[in-house]
Amino acid sequence: MRAHPVPASDQAISVEGISKRFGALVAVDNVSFRVPAGEIFGLLGPNGAGKSTLIRMLTTLVPPTSGTAVVAGYDIVHDPNSVRTRIGVIPQNMTSDPELTCAENLGIHARLYGMTGERRRQRTEELLEAVNLSDRANALAATLSGGMRRRLEIARGLVHDPQILFLDEPTTGLDPVSRISVWEMISHLRAQQGRTLFLTTHYMDEADRLCDRVAIVDKGRIVALDTPVALKASVPGASRIELQFDRDLPGGAAELERLPAAKSVRALGSATYRISSDRGPASAQELVELARSRNLELKSLSVQSTSLDDVFLHYTGHALAEMPENEASANRRRKGGH
Amino acid sequence: MKRALALVERDMRKFRRSPALLFASLVMPLVQLVILGNAFGGNIKNVWLGVVNLDHGPKSVDVLERVRAVGANARTFLPTDYDDEGAAVRDLRKGVLSGVLIIPRHYSRDLLEQHQPHLALITDNTDRSVAGAVGEQMSTLVASINAPQVTPREASQAALDVVEVYPYVDYIKYLLPGSVALAIFMTAMIGGGLLFIDDKARGLHEGYMVTPITKWELIVGFNLSGVIKAALAGETVLVLGAVVARVPNFFQPMRVLELTFMVILTSIALIGLMFFIMARISDPLVPRAIFGVLNTLLFFPSGAIYPIAGFPKWLRVMSQCDPFTYAVHAFRTLLLKDVGITAVTTDIVALLLTSAVVLAGATSLFRRTL
Repeated sequence: MRAHPVPASDQAISVEGISKRFGALVAVDNVSFRVPAGEIFGLLGPNGAGKSTLIRMLTTLVPPTSGTAVVAGYDIVHDPNSVRTRIGVIPQNMTSDPELTCAENLGIHARLYGMTGERRRQRTEELLEAVNLSDRANALAATLSGGMRRRLEIARGLVHDPQILFLDEPTTGLDPVSRISVWEMISHLRAQQGRTLFLTTHYMDEADRLCDRVAIVDKGRIVALDTPVALKASVPGASRIELQFDRDLPGGAAELERLPAAKSVRALGSATYRISSDRGPASAQELVELARSRNLELKSLSVQSTSLDDVFLHYTGHALAEMPENEASANRRRKGGH
Repeated sequence: MKRALALVERDMRKFRRSPALLFASLVMPLVQLVILGNAFGGNIKNVWLGVVNLDHGPKSVDVLERVRAVGANARTFLPTDYDDEGAAVRDLRKGVLSGVLIIPRHYSRDLLEQHQPHLALITDNTDRSVAGAVGEQMSTLVASINAPQVTPREASQAALDVVEVYPYVDYIKYLLPGSVALAIFMTAMIGGGLLFIDDKARGLHEGYMVTPITKWELIVGFNLSGVIKAALAGETVLVLGAVVARVPNFFQPMRVLELTFMVILTSIALIGLMFFIMARISDPLVPRAIFGVLNTLLFFPSGAIYPIAGFPKWLRVMSQCDPFTYAVHAFRTLLLKDVGITAVTTDIVALLLTSAVVLAGATSLFRRTL
């Protein structure tokens, strides 16, 4: 198929009204956004929110039902092969072959991009060095730990030096040490090479730590998109206070809402409440006084700054972990298990 | 095409590293060749025949002598005497005997008076092969009793002389072409079908689909690597089988070349067929469930173990649609008759046609996306 480049712009990815339906289920619903070149862009949402379907459309694995996107200057529907030559993809599943060695996996992937001979061998060595797997070059991929295997996947995605790297849930299933190692590698990729990175995650801390901008996805739609700082600032109350009395407050949540520093209050059950406040320490003082005046004992009290968890809750009405399981699993089934 | 070769390289590296696949593909055809080839190939011998002599006259002694001569020489059956007809039949029903020969009362007198006495042979027809062998041997024996003692001055009966055009073909040689085709099919099932679906289920194909490899290159890559593995398995069974079955003059270069060509052509057709069947399957349980059925549907109607001429009409039609049939016929012709490649033109055309149809079907079914 002949490539038809879209007029050059500073946008690495430009998505226009893209949707994907699986029968009656709308996995991605009329989504539009742009990602400038050189940015680390994150899609944040629970399992089944439509993140993987969206990334699969952008990486030409799944055709959209409607709408389209321009990735690295080429339309994903009309010029999928031109897109493929310019992007690297690290899918959620481990796609390296467990029965091949690390070097063989990279060498064969390089051949899939048309590299042969000395260039292929040299690139394989460079990448093994870059992901700290040189000493495991001849080890079967099946023998690697989860973190090493993920690093091998990242090396595979970089074999042809792509303009844009897509990472679908890059740290899912990894232990904390391996997660940090992968995070460092992702940060390094952008810092060293100015590459655009597009990642999906359902970890708030991951999105907060890595991404320049984050799109919050819920039920196939983008409900908020901005920098992590701006998103947190958009939530009323700069602090989050969680407290537990020894028994229920007589006036319930309404009584807490009357406190001057409280912006919003949510009862979590078992005499536990979550309060959003602009003045965390002052609110804590007010709460101590309230407990004393009502003869209640404060069993616990914590004051935290607003996180992306609060942002997610604010924009979707439910916590990230509260995605109805039947809905999430139905989405996963329709999308092939992710 | 360069990218298709990446898939071939991948499969060859895995194939070399995992000889279990080659072993699994070769074991069944070779075991079948050796076990079935020897089990079905021999003459039936040493079955027990009860003999009840109710006559005791001179002509019955003649029958007994001839029966004992068979027992001592050809050993198709071993005679054992019974006084009581009922006891002999009871032992036949119990399986102690495979047949009971009854020489009736007045047999000698009736024979001398030319009243055409009847010898009775009761056989256990639950085993048709043994019953047939005993019956055939007894018919020969009775014919020898009836033969005139003095040669007539003028021969009045026509005779048939049977001349076999090829050297003696025992059953193991007859079975070898089917074993070669089976080795190719086993590799197509395991190395082509099963691994293809397992790789798909493990997400490995997703890793290829995000690269610029085209649909054509994927199809060529998957099929070419399958054909190489299947042809290696077929060629190995062909050579080992020919040695085990002692096929005469097997190692003539031209003959080996012709057979290798047929191995490759059969591999293309059967790998293509497997790819066609698996093009839209994702569940790894499906190939495991259908392989037994496929094996029965393709192998047994092909004439690999029993001549197609003995099949009912519907099964003969089925065998005509079975690519295995043409592969087995071609291998049998080239291995046992040594008449050259032109004698299997029909088989070549049929296998080429099969390859074209299944690969066209697979190409239209195969999806480049998830």
